Amino acid sequence: MNFVRTNILVCGGTGCTSSKSPEIMEEFGRQLKAFGLEKEARVVQTGCFGLCAAGPIVVVYPEGTYYCHVRPEDVKDIVSEHILKGRIVRRLLYSEDKASGTARSLEETDFYKKQKRIVLRNCGVINPEDITEYIAFDGYMALAKVLTEMTPQQVIDEVKASGLRGRGGAGFPTGQKWQYAAGYEGPVKYVCCNADEGDPGAFMDRSVLEGDPHSVIEAMAIAAYAIGSKQGYVYVRAEYPIAVKRLKIAISQAREYGFLGKDIFGTGFEFDMDVRLGAGAFVCGEETALMTSIEGNRGEPRPRPPFPAEKGLFGRPTLLNNVETYANIPWIINNGAAAYAAYGTEKSRGTKVFALGGKITNTGLVEIPMGTPLREVIEDIGGGVPNGKKFKAAQTGGPSGGCIPASLIDTPLDYENMAAIGSIVGSGGLIVMDEDNCMVDIAKFFLEFTRDESCGKCSPCRIGTTRMYEILEKITSGNGTLEDIDTLEELARHINENSLCGLGQTAPKPIISTLTYFRDEYVAHVVDKRCPAGVCKALLSYRILADKCRGCTVCARNCPAGAISGTVKQAHSIDPAKCVKCGVCLEKCKFGAVVRE
Amino acid sequence: MKTIEELRELRESMQRKMSLRKAGDDETVRVVVGMATCGIAAGARPVLSALVDEVGKRGLKNVIVTQTGCIGVCRLEPVFEVYGPDGSKTTYVKMTPEKALRVVSEHLANGRVVEEYTIGAAEREEARK
Repeated sequence: MNFVRTNILVCGGTGCTSSKSPEIMEEFGRQLKAFGLEKEARVVQTGCFGLCAAGPIVVVYPEGTYYCHVRPEDVKDIVSEHILKGRIVRRLLYSEDKASGTARSLEETDFYKKQKRIVLRNCGVINPEDITEYIAFDGYMALAKVLTEMTPQQVIDEVKASGLRGRGGAGFPTGQKWQYAAGYEGPVKYVCCNADEGDPGAFMDRSVLEGDPHSVIEAMAIAAYAIGSKQGYVYVRAEYPIAVKRLKIAISQAREYGFLGKDIFGTGFEFDMDVRLGAGAFVCGEETALMTSIEGNRGEPRPRPPFPAEKGLFGRPTLLNNVETYANIPWIINNGAAAYAAYGTEKSRGTKVFALGGKITNTGLVEIPMGTPLREVIEDIGGGVPNGKKFKAAQTGGPSGGCIPASLIDTPLDYENMAAIGSIVGSGGLIVMDEDNCMVDIAKFFLEFTRDESCGKCSPCRIGTTRMYEILEKITSGNGTLEDIDTLEELARHINENSLCGLGQTAPKPIISTLTYFRDEYVAHVVDKRCPAGVCKALLSYRILADKCRGCTVCARNCPAGAISGTVKQAHSIDPAKCVKCGVCLEKCKFGAVVRE
Repeated sequence: MKTIEELRELRESMQRKMSLRKAGDDETVRVVVGMATCGIAAGARPVLSALVDEVGKRGLKNVIVTQTGCIGVCRLEPVFEVYGPDGSKTTYVKMTPEKALRVVSEHLANGRVVEEYTIGAAEREEARK
């Protein structure tokens, strides 16, 4: 084997791929050749490093130097300076390091040091398209251990003891689910993986499949052994092309190495799996709708009971877990349930991956022990709200979740505490909002989403989400009444109680939650006909203050609607009939003469 | 892949290849080659290549070959330093690919410092002149 003195890791996650990481890889190939270094340095495509805001990311080992915002034209400098001469290219260092002038390893940065990466342990470390790299990091050792040393019941007991709960959103104890599925006898049983990640803002499942697909395959094989199944399905949305491609490569490599197929590790255990692509309907993330879709039918939920453990896919006993849940399993088997249970809180054990988005400096994926206060995630790991704005609220759990207002920023992020304040951990989307976000508008955004995604099978959801959306539309356009707010609350309760599946049951949550914590904003829209955050266009008007206007004409020249008139060096004015309320004049004015009211 | 032993074997061999990506443990020996302009001009590049080749050929574990800027004794370039797991440091000067091979076989593989190539020997030599 050739000795390679340096490894250059290039992020191949979806985010970095769309900002040219494939070109960066190619350029490394060319430059290394040009400098005659191609035998000493190996370029490796990895999964997501998590700090998507700083992408595309390149990490050079053995130093562990972390380069951010790398462009293809920067590659030559990295090769000629760092790889050849050992001089770190300072201008590309992570901002924290640039300030201090030192190059630290990733683990020491504020973004990483409070994280505990279990699910994401291999993301950004290994090449997901090379099974041997997964093996180097103990890959398939857990499966080997389970098959050769443990009984199915011991495996289930281990998962129970870890305290792991479903990471897809509902938080049902995973070990118990496995126990139920094991309890139903049948000649055919199925193990399914829910990779139909649909919450706006959540992308951890995609990143796991892109960065460490073997961890899911290994976990599904372990689950199959535990419940007595021979066939698995991964249901993944076709909108995740990179994840689908890497998963398929991983499955074929696992077959080639004998981790899938007949007589695995010579124990007689047999298991194989296939990928099923979804068309991206949100409702197909609901377990019964997902199975209906795999069966080849239109993705609609069915009533429970019977639960999937009894009669699931094709009417057979079925175990269904989410990607992130599975990714924990090999780690738990290798390190022991106690090691896993040592993280987190009493009822919420282990770690959870959150996708940080919205008004936050370090957009990306973070994995933290359950029970970490929201404040630490936002201020320490996330780097706070940018542009000196004030933190207003964090939305968690997507369209099924609620918001955490600034007054509750010290809430620990775990299942119990989140439920207590009317939100959910959910799949882990965490959207940060600042003072410029209108909470009524946020609720409307999520209702527009659930209205579009309602499958239409049951009327509370189909008609109810539309009615709620219409009322929100009415309020944000300035035509709402106080009675509308009462109607909203009543509708929310009915829809929550009467919908068939989780989509409808949780659809009113963004409304209930914003009404609980930001009722004054609803009232301002209805009574004062005013949007306090200045978002709802119908309630805004722009005006030029004559005493501050110098008549520079910048606003008039930039106005896309031609709504501003005035002569040079004379005060200008806006014609409200023509104004489209885009706010360009406010942005362009250097004298603070334009006001929004 | 039929047995857990086979899997373990593959894991060991892969770990060697990937040890670079783990934080150096207590056993790691670091070889740092001075690759500033002075070093390169004096012929550090073939020395580095020779080191990399030989470490690979011998399949030495726990050896990291890396590079740095100017070590400061430009007159004695090419220079490389060996940092032992015990915190010791040996500075080899006026290296050539041939000398580098000897350092790999004696020092890195067998733990015997090649006294005559060290900076101490070079300075005594200069003092004698």
